[in-house]
Amino acid sequence: MKRVVITGQGTINALGQSVPETLAAFREGRCGIGPLDIRDVDRLSIKIGGQVRGYEPESHFNRQQIALYDRFTQFTLLAAREALAQSGLDFCGELSLESGVALGTSGGGMNTLDENYRSVYEDGKNRVHPFVVPKLMNNAAASHVSMTFNLKGPSFTVATACSSSNHAMGQAFHMIRSGMTRVMVTGGSESMLCFGGIKAWEGLRVMSKDGCRPFSANRNGMVQGEGAAIFVFEDYEHARARGAEILAEVVGFAMTADASDIVMPSRQGAARAISGALRDARLTPEDVDYINAHGTGTAANDKTECAAVADVFGPHADKLMISSTKSMHGHLIGGTGAVELLACIMALKDGVVAPTIGYDEPDPECTLDVVPNHAREAKVDTVLSNAFAFGGLNAVLALRKA
Amino acid sequence: MSDSVRDKVIAIIAEQAVLEVSDVKMESTLEELGIDSLGLVESIFAIEEAFDIQVPFNANDPSESDFDISSVAAIVTAVEQLVADQRG
Repeated sequence: MKRVVITGQGTINALGQSVPETLAAFREGRCGIGPLDIRDVDRLSIKIGGQVRGYEPESHFNRQQIALYDRFTQFTLLAAREALAQSGLDFCGELSLESGVALGTSGGGMNTLDENYRSVYEDGKNRVHPFVVPKLMNNAAASHVSMTFNLKGPSFTVATACSSSNHAMGQAFHMIRSGMTRVMVTGGSESMLCFGGIKAWEGLRVMSKDGCRPFSANRNGMVQGEGAAIFVFEDYEHARARGAEILAEVVGFAMTADASDIVMPSRQGAARAISGALRDARLTPEDVDYINAHGTGTAANDKTECAAVADVFGPHADKLMISSTKSMHGHLIGGTGAVELLACIMALKDGVVAPTIGYDEPDPECTLDVVPNHAREAKVDTVLSNAFAFGGLNAVLALRKA
Repeated sequence: MSDSVRDKVIAIIAEQAVLEVSDVKMESTLEELGIDSLGLVESIFAIEEAFDIQVPFNANDPSESDFDISSVAAIVTAVEQLVADQRG
């Protein structure tokens, strides 16, 4: 089995339009959630989100590209540019054939759908732009990454709601570990902050009107975010041979299905995914220093997640750190695990654990060390990243210091 | 007015619970009627549509919401109040 390492990372999200900006926000415990600036926001009851601000597509892409790239694809390509530049890889010849793309998204081209439904239903138009389909399809971002960077190996998109990115990165990990591919460009993207996207979520009544406060007794729901994070996963021997900087090593992955409820999470399903990732990585519970929580800020998730962590880690649950960075960037749904992996790598590489901000009141059902409100310096050798999706599909990654 | 609110709320709950209207008692709790969290959110949506009102309800912690769902009678009372408040 091959060892798998990370040699590049890139992002755009509510906290910043690059990895350094995002990590600075994690260190400062800065909140990227604010009033939504979208069309018809006055008809929404949820008016906040982790929106990417000050973003001008025209300063990154030409007119023909913008005609083909939905916002989720644009975010993906910008994050991929940053990640690939850091990796120093150039895909030609054999390497191009042995390298692929595995990305997560839940909604795909949601803004494209929203705009074009509006056009035909509300404005009564009978003609839409010819590129609506290639722009909105869930695999558009993965395809454009493969085309832009000449990646000709296995490439696909995973859609498992809030676990999409973790499932995608888990597949990328497996493919390199088994020797199927040498390099995988992986991560995820989401751009659901449009009228239809928010309106649909309002219906479930799990959204907060005033902020995301995971694990805090006064939490009242989740807040959506948008953006992307992309990583370069690479065969360790390949990375070492070319003298690449290694950011972290991916050591384990597990996925489980609750097989119980379409929206309510399961303690057993989550616990099985966490313990499965430990087993896959040949780690003991005591090895884990930090967990990037799913931590949505809903009562259902936070209580279930804390209980699952307590089940798996026993007494060590009180010694490890667990934080939810969704409190800062919001819930990026299909892109969330990717942005959260940035915090995992920061903990391993820089020894700084990103906080759970907005933490006001202890909750007796969530008594773990959630790194409240302020980032913390700590020696971190091993981390987990949790994702538990609607539909009961769970995916947990394990990473180790390079 | 209030009879019609009661009848409509009971009809909505009965439909959600897949029960006859006569089986839905005022003292019944939603749990007794077999309505789970998704059924509750759907019932509230149906109530909002039927009465053209906004129901203050957060599924994260139903007991903390301003809208009392402890029994069918409590829901009827809460809906009557919302109809009176929101229709002016």
